[in-house]
Order: sequence, then C-alpha cells, then structure tokens
Amino acid sequence: MGQYGIPVPRGRVASTPAEAREIATELGAKVVIKAQIHAGGRGKADGIKIVNSPEEAEIAASELIGTRLVTHQTGPEGVPVSKVLVEKASDVERELYLSILIDGAKRLPLMMASEAGGMEIEEVAQASPEKIFKAYIDLAVGFQPYQGRKLAYGMNLSGDQLREAVSLMGKLYELFIAKDCSLAEINPLVTTAAGRLIALDAKLNFDDNALFRHKDIQELQDKEQEEPLEAQARELGINNYVKMDGNIGCMVNGAGLAMALNDLISGCGGSAANFLDIGTVNNIDRAVNSFRMFAADSRVKAVLVNIFGGMARVDVIARGIVKAYQQLDIRFPVVIRLAGTNVDEGKRILVQSGISFIGAEDFYDGAHKAVETARGIIS
Amino acid sequence: MSILVDEQTRLLVQGITGNEGSFHTQRCIEYGTKVVAGVTPGKGGSRVLGVPVFDNVERAVAETEANASIIFVPPAFATDAILEAVDAGLPLIVCITEGIPVLDMVKVHSYLKGKQARLVGPNCPGVISPGKCKVGLMVGEIHLPGNVGVISRSGTLTYDVVAQLSELGIGQSTCVGIGGDALPGSTFVDILRLFEADKDTKAIVLIGEIGGTLEQEAAEFIKNEMTKPVVAFVAGSTAPPGKRMGHAGAIITGTAGKASEKIKALSAGGATIAPNPAEIGLTMQKVLDSSRSFRM
Repeated sequence: MGQYGIPVPRGRVASTPAEAREIATELGAKVVIKAQIHAGGRGKADGIKIVNSPEEAEIAASELIGTRLVTHQTGPEGVPVSKVLVEKASDVERELYLSILIDGAKRLPLMMASEAGGMEIEEVAQASPEKIFKAYIDLAVGFQPYQGRKLAYGMNLSGDQLREAVSLMGKLYELFIAKDCSLAEINPLVTTAAGRLIALDAKLNFDDNALFRHKDIQELQDKEQEEPLEAQARELGINNYVKMDGNIGCMVNGAGLAMALNDLISGCGGSAANFLDIGTVNNIDRAVNSFRMFAADSRVKAVLVNIFGGMARVDVIARGIVKAYQQLDIRFPVVIRLAGTNVDEGKRILVQSGISFIGAEDFYDGAHKAVETARGIIS
Repeated sequence: MSILVDEQTRLLVQGITGNEGSFHTQRCIEYGTKVVAGVTPGKGGSRVLGVPVFDNVERAVAETEANASIIFVPPAFATDAILEAVDAGLPLIVCITEGIPVLDMVKVHSYLKGKQARLVGPNCPGVISPGKCKVGLMVGEIHLPGNVGVISRSGTLTYDVVAQLSELGIGQSTCVGIGGDALPGSTFVDILRLFEADKDTKAIVLIGEIGGTLEQEAAEFIKNEMTKPVVAFVAGSTAPPGKRMGHAGAIITGTAGKASEKIKALSAGGATIAPNPAEIGLTMQKVLDSSRSFRM
C-alpha cells in the first residue's frame, strides 16, 4: 500500500523481541505491536497491543512471537506468529471503512465506504446498511473522482480530508487492478488528531487464477500460515484440498461432485475428513498423492473414491489407485465408485490388480458404505 | 427443439491441436456434432481429425460458416480467444478453460455488452442436446433425448444427475454447464429464460452450489417468470464457511453465499428441492408425475 502512495503508519517488521525494542526506540513514544498472520480478527484475539515504551514493546513482542494466535478466521488450531509489525501509534479520531471487491451480480469492481469502521463490515451491513455507500467502477474509464466524493461524503468527510480520501481511493483502485486483488480492504481507515487519513489496518486477498502474472505475490505465500494438511496437499500438487472435521477421506473429481458427496456422507450420518477435488488432469500421481494424504491423516478411518469420468479418464485414476496400494501402506478400508469415460477399463484394472476394496454401485451406495465402513459395521 | 446447440450447429474448435482439444474434438465428432473448423495460430492449412485448421477465427468462419465455438486454450490466452470469437460474429461461444483471472472476465463481460454473442463458461463442461449435438466434455452415452432441461455450475455432479435421470427414463432436451467461476458468461437466469421459451422443455433441473448469488437471482426469476416446474439442488451444505470466499466478499452475498440460504430462496421461489444429491432424478420423476396427473 505504501508503494501505491496510500498513507500507512511508520514502522517495520521485527522477528525478535530485541528487534521490536530497537524499532520502538527509533519510532519513539507510543507504538503498536501487531502479530503478522494471514488472517483477520487479530484485534479481538489480543494479536494487537498498544505500548508506551521500547521496554514494553519488547515484552509485548515476546508475548506474541513464537505463539499461535487463534482468531475467528483461523480455525481452532490458530496460526503461528513468527513476526510482529512495530508501528508508530496514531492519534485516532474516527475509524472509517473502505474496500474494493468484485461484485458478482454486476460483474464489476465495487468500492464500498462506511463511517462505521473498526468493526466487521458484515455487522454494519446487518445493523445499519444505510451507513454503507457503494460505487461500481467501469474498467474502461476506471475510478472517477465524483464516485470518490460520493463515498467520502457518505463517510462524513469534508474539506482537505475529503480531497485526501478521494485521492486515496484512486490509489487503492490502482493497487486492486495492478495486483489482481479479489479484495482490498482498509479497516479501519482513520482520521488523526492532526487531520490526516491513515490506513491503520488492511487486508489484501489475491485472485489465485491471476497468480501466474504476479511473481511478487507468489513469494508472499507463507507455508507456516496454512493448515498443515492443506499445505501438504498443495505441495503434492493437490490444490483443491480442504480439511474437514470427520473421518472419511474423500477423493472425487470435480468440485461440485466433491461438495455433494460430503453433503451425502453427512446425510448418511457420517462426516468427511476432507474435501478433495483431484481436478480434470489425467495424472496417475495425483491419485497416488491423494492416498498419501489419507495415509498422513491419522483421523481417516475409511476412504471413499467417487469418480465420474468426463475430462478425467476412469482408467487413469484406477491405475493411480493401484499404484497407491503398491507404494503405500494402506491400512484403511477403501470404497470405490467409478462411472463415466472408460469405466469398464477402469474396473478391469482394479479387479485384475487384486487389491482389496469395496465396490459401490452409485453415489448413494458409495456414501452409505463409506459411513458404515468408518463405523466398523462393514469391512 | 432444444436450446443453444442442435443439428444446425457448425462447430469451430479453438485450440484444436492441443491434447484436450483434439481428444474432445474426436469425442464430439463421434457423438455426431458437425465440427467444421479448428483454429490454432500458426497451424493454419493443416488438418486435425479430418478437420481443416485455420490461423484465425475470422478466416475459419468465412470459409466454413461455423456458428459456434468451443475454446480449449490455456487461461493466459483464453480471454483473447473469447474476444476473437465475439469479434468474428459467432453467436455461441463455449469456453472450457479453467483458471481465467476474474479481472479478465470483467473485461470480457463489458465487451460482450450490446453484442449478439452468448458466452457459456468459462470453467465449464459445455452444452449437449442429447441425440443432436455435443459441444463439451460430457460423456455422451449417459444422456437420453427428452424433455428435461439441466443447468448446473458443476461438471461431474451434472454427469451424475444426468445418469440418474436417464436411468429413470427421463430424457433431456439440453444440458448446460454454466461453469464454476465467479463471473460466468451465462447465468442460471439466462439459461432458465431459454428453457422457458423452448417448447420441448417441460421441466428443468437446476444444480447450484455455495458462493455468490446466482441461485437467489434464479429464485426470483422462477417466481416471477417461469411457468415450468424446476427441481433444484445446492451443493455445499457441509462446506466450511470462509474457506474459499474473501472476507468482504461475504458482505454482498453475506450469509447469502451459504447453501441453506440458497435452498431457502429457491424453495420460496417455487422450486422443488431435492433432499440429497442422489435423489435429484427421483425428485424430478415425482414432479413430472404430479404435473401429468394435474393436467388430466
């Protein structure tokens, strides 16, 4: 944000308490210590501390660095804090809200502003939607000053602050477009006692599909901040893996089918250990690596494979499953349902390999058998 | 009748020389689709699977009278391919490509405004009118010609649903995969409107999923403008919130992104909700039976 000329508090990142003390000494007087994690909700989770001296800065940093922070956005395990940001404290007068995202219905970037900053914008939307002001931005002409003035008036700004706000909005839009953001949110955007506007806290989300043209953003990826199983899946080339709470490992082709399968498992009284879409690439190793994930997940009591071949070919997946049995120590029962492109060849490969598995006729049969298997009713 | 594709469709394949492009072109030809041209820049003059290849879409259309395009081009070049097809005047463009940046799609949508072209996808399995024409990746054999229209954001889940319908002897007029991206070229409402106007479509299956508000828009349309029965299912009731969607993205959609909210809206709009994904076919059978007895 600083690079794009958006005013941010002065400060630097520290990896040790001593470093935090040093930075606090440079900045002088009151500083803010912020845990650096890839999630929001830090304020409520004590991840942000305001201190009055370099000594206190060191103590505050030592209380954060090396711990795990649990916020409402991180999940119960939390995420590790390895760095803190040490910033000069601002004399806050008002807390405002400003963001840009892509609106699905209008298919345009949408800028939103509110004078009710510092809290969850969802809460504002529910409690007082009239306090949220919106402007849709046409890509061909870009963000226009009149739109900025409308939003700034909506935030009850005037005079120099209004002009400053409009300029800041233009810069945020420039950043949003240049970096392929899916969300650029400044919350709170504050007015200070000296009359300035400062982006006190911010969150940027980036479009995964656009990462190929942003090397700098790829480098910001921090494995430590990810859920360990999800990070492992990504390393194994399985990008669509989400950890869930149950004990049935699922391997499916297609996101909709994978979601529906998890719903069906739940409907049958069970619970999926994960969402896993192997995608449409015909890749034997993708199937092997899915099984590697199940083997690595101690919660998994049974595995359900549900493949409906289209772009993905069933025979290729079947070869992958057989290879997984050969390479890995498979100790959990596996229920397999195959259908679609090259299904007969796929079934032949499984049967001829001599591996032990439970065949399922259809979608429901697969989910039902997996639930019973995980309970130890059938094996 | 059917919608979007039929015996009159003359298909052009953008990216015909690639692995996926040639594999699926062959499947489309086997199904009976008239594939009249392929386009791969730099490979004009050659033939793939007996289909003449051109360097650009304009030339291909001029020489073959193609009236629909299917795109198998990597994401970094797919926007260019879509715009090229729009400019060549093709009325139907089906984009299979997965992974196109959202901002590129914003540009495509603004370019499409006021033009005749209908875009289906990206990140979709395509369109099939069973027994007539297949412009996509779906397995032809599971389909059965008939009178139920299918619209879905998902690929493989749709195959499963189509298999359920066919197993029960319920044929399909046309199946349209609108794709899983945030900004699909055609929405549920766009396709519902076509099905409502199609005299051979008697009922529609709509398969939605979490995120966005496409299902809520569909619910409004069903309530206000549809006379034909709609059976709906929304995938992702068990999906953890916030996993894929950005934080502030949730403000517009708010809780609206949840499966439960979409189901509520569709139900209020008059759609019959399938209790689970394995019973979508059965639900449609019941709806058809009751509308039949109603007519008698």
